[in-house]
Amino acid sequence: MGGDSKYLGLAYVAPYALGLLLFTAFPFLSSLYLSFTDYDLLSSPEWVGLDNYERLFTRDRTFDKSLRVTLTYVAMTVPLKLVFALFIAVVLNYRLKGINLFRTAYYVPSILGGSIAIAVLWRYIFAGDGLMNMILMAVGIEPINWFGDPENALFTITLLRLWQFGSAMVIFLAALQSVDKSLYEAAAIDGAGPWQMFRNITLPLITPVIFFNLIMQTVHAFQEFNGPYIITQGGPLKSTYLLPLYIYDEAFKDFDMGYASAISWVLFAIIMVLTLLAFWSSKKWVYYAGDERN
Amino acid sequence: MTSLSDPTPQTPVVETMPAKSPARLSPQELKLRRRARLNASIRYSLLIVVGFIMVYPLLWLIGASFKTNAEMFASPWFWPENPTIQGYIDGWTTSTPYTFATFFINSMQIVIPKVIGTAISATLVAYGFARFHFPGKRILFAILIATLLLPDVVTRIPQYLLFRELGWLDTYLPMIVPAWFAWEAFFVFMLIQFMRSIPREMEEAARVDGANTFQVLIYIVVPMLLPALVSVMLFQFMWTMNDFLGPLIYISTVEKYPISLALKLSIDATEAFNWNSILAMTVLALTPSLVVFFLAQKSFIEGISTGGTKG
Repeated sequence: MGGDSKYLGLAYVAPYALGLLLFTAFPFLSSLYLSFTDYDLLSSPEWVGLDNYERLFTRDRTFDKSLRVTLTYVAMTVPLKLVFALFIAVVLNYRLKGINLFRTAYYVPSILGGSIAIAVLWRYIFAGDGLMNMILMAVGIEPINWFGDPENALFTITLLRLWQFGSAMVIFLAALQSVDKSLYEAAAIDGAGPWQMFRNITLPLITPVIFFNLIMQTVHAFQEFNGPYIITQGGPLKSTYLLPLYIYDEAFKDFDMGYASAISWVLFAIIMVLTLLAFWSSKKWVYYAGDERN
Repeated sequence: MTSLSDPTPQTPVVETMPAKSPARLSPQELKLRRRARLNASIRYSLLIVVGFIMVYPLLWLIGASFKTNAEMFASPWFWPENPTIQGYIDGWTTSTPYTFATFFINSMQIVIPKVIGTAISATLVAYGFARFHFPGKRILFAILIATLLLPDVVTRIPQYLLFRELGWLDTYLPMIVPAWFAWEAFFVFMLIQFMRSIPREMEEAARVDGANTFQVLIYIVVPMLLPALVSVMLFQFMWTMNDFLGPLIYISTVEKYPISLALKLSIDATEAFNWNSILAMTVLALTPSLVVFFLAQKSFIEGISTGGTKG
């Protein structure tokens, strides 16, 4: 606003700036420092150089396993969730009565899904004699050892997160609804079929939200904690021992703060590299309508 | 991420079907209409099946919480044959010396100050970003966007050490205080987006009449911001209710446990035999969120659509 001191705005954003320094910037840099130390909370941090990282990458088989589990989990969960969310959004984006009812039903799990209560429910649903196997047996299918079997356990957690596709779907749906309808009419006159319209009109126009959902879901998936902590405690045979669980155990059970920080930084580096890669590649596939700033 | 700062307001698209009488429809159009009807029935079937899969776990949870332990794993159907509220009686008393009411009050002691702090600080900060120019704004805004993507995992350990140094362990402060500093960038971002879509004429007129910027914020911007502010508070309510890792790290006394930790404790204590009381506690734990969601579901959906489509 004209006439005001140019520092007035700064006064309004001051809480954020202060919080950023105290609760983000300082911890961010400290954890980098801590990752080069040995720190057990009893004595002050002791500088050990690259020891933690060396141990992580050459001697720590738990890390090796945990990293592989994490990457598998993310590679499995994110694409499945995005494809499913987009598919349902496309089905919903139609002149249907009751669209709001469906949207709500699909969205409820997203609101509740992160909670411990739902993770508890999941244990009951996928237990050996749980709901899922009762249904399978009722239709004559052999029951499946869901989270007791290392082959299936991780997928059981993926299913939990898939069940929460609602928030990604709502975002897709909003984008689909803002696509200019006259484009479809023009395409229909030219004789384009539904798949061609989806492929050549819808998909390019919603790439910005695909990109947004992709990044958000990936960052989220890498930090999954509640699901495996409650449902499987990382087992069986560490088959669901995601990196955040390993970090939690190292930091708050063994109080090995230095080593835990080193694992956090590896996890952070992976997320950052993938995010940057996504941003870099986005120039090639993300389409911003009427965006002259690019 | 240029699109994140796109200030265009979101306009809902209204479906327009040209109103034509059937007599004037060409055969081509009739064919399209027939196809549309078939299309709609396929869509409905699919949506109903998926909707059933989405809702059935919750339906089963509620039904099973009224089942006896003997009946629990006898049939996949959710309806209890011999309904009992024993699960709720056991669940309410919990396996601890405290009742569920204690844990509920504890959760509220975290949720309420956190929601209020978020609403106030995020509004001030969003106002600063959306309406003022100041030195360093571009950089600070870029950082704000970057922190949207910053995984908490990388700041968690030093935060714990900081709060430990301050003597805040086993208190609710580590979960509440950052919220008063607009720590969650997502909420600030959501409000900035919304503020950019509010026309400024009224604010300028009020300034001409001699109001200061703070008065403009309180009397003009906040009333118009209310829908977005409600979404922010709702989301913060849900996220805080769902938060488990925070209390797990910071709270060690059972008396101070919020619902999420109490639930975890109960599973460890009684899961092997007392299923219905665990499920009853699970229902109780979800109730506040469900009630709030159904009271305000419109704000949720709108909140996530505006927060998201700009990205």
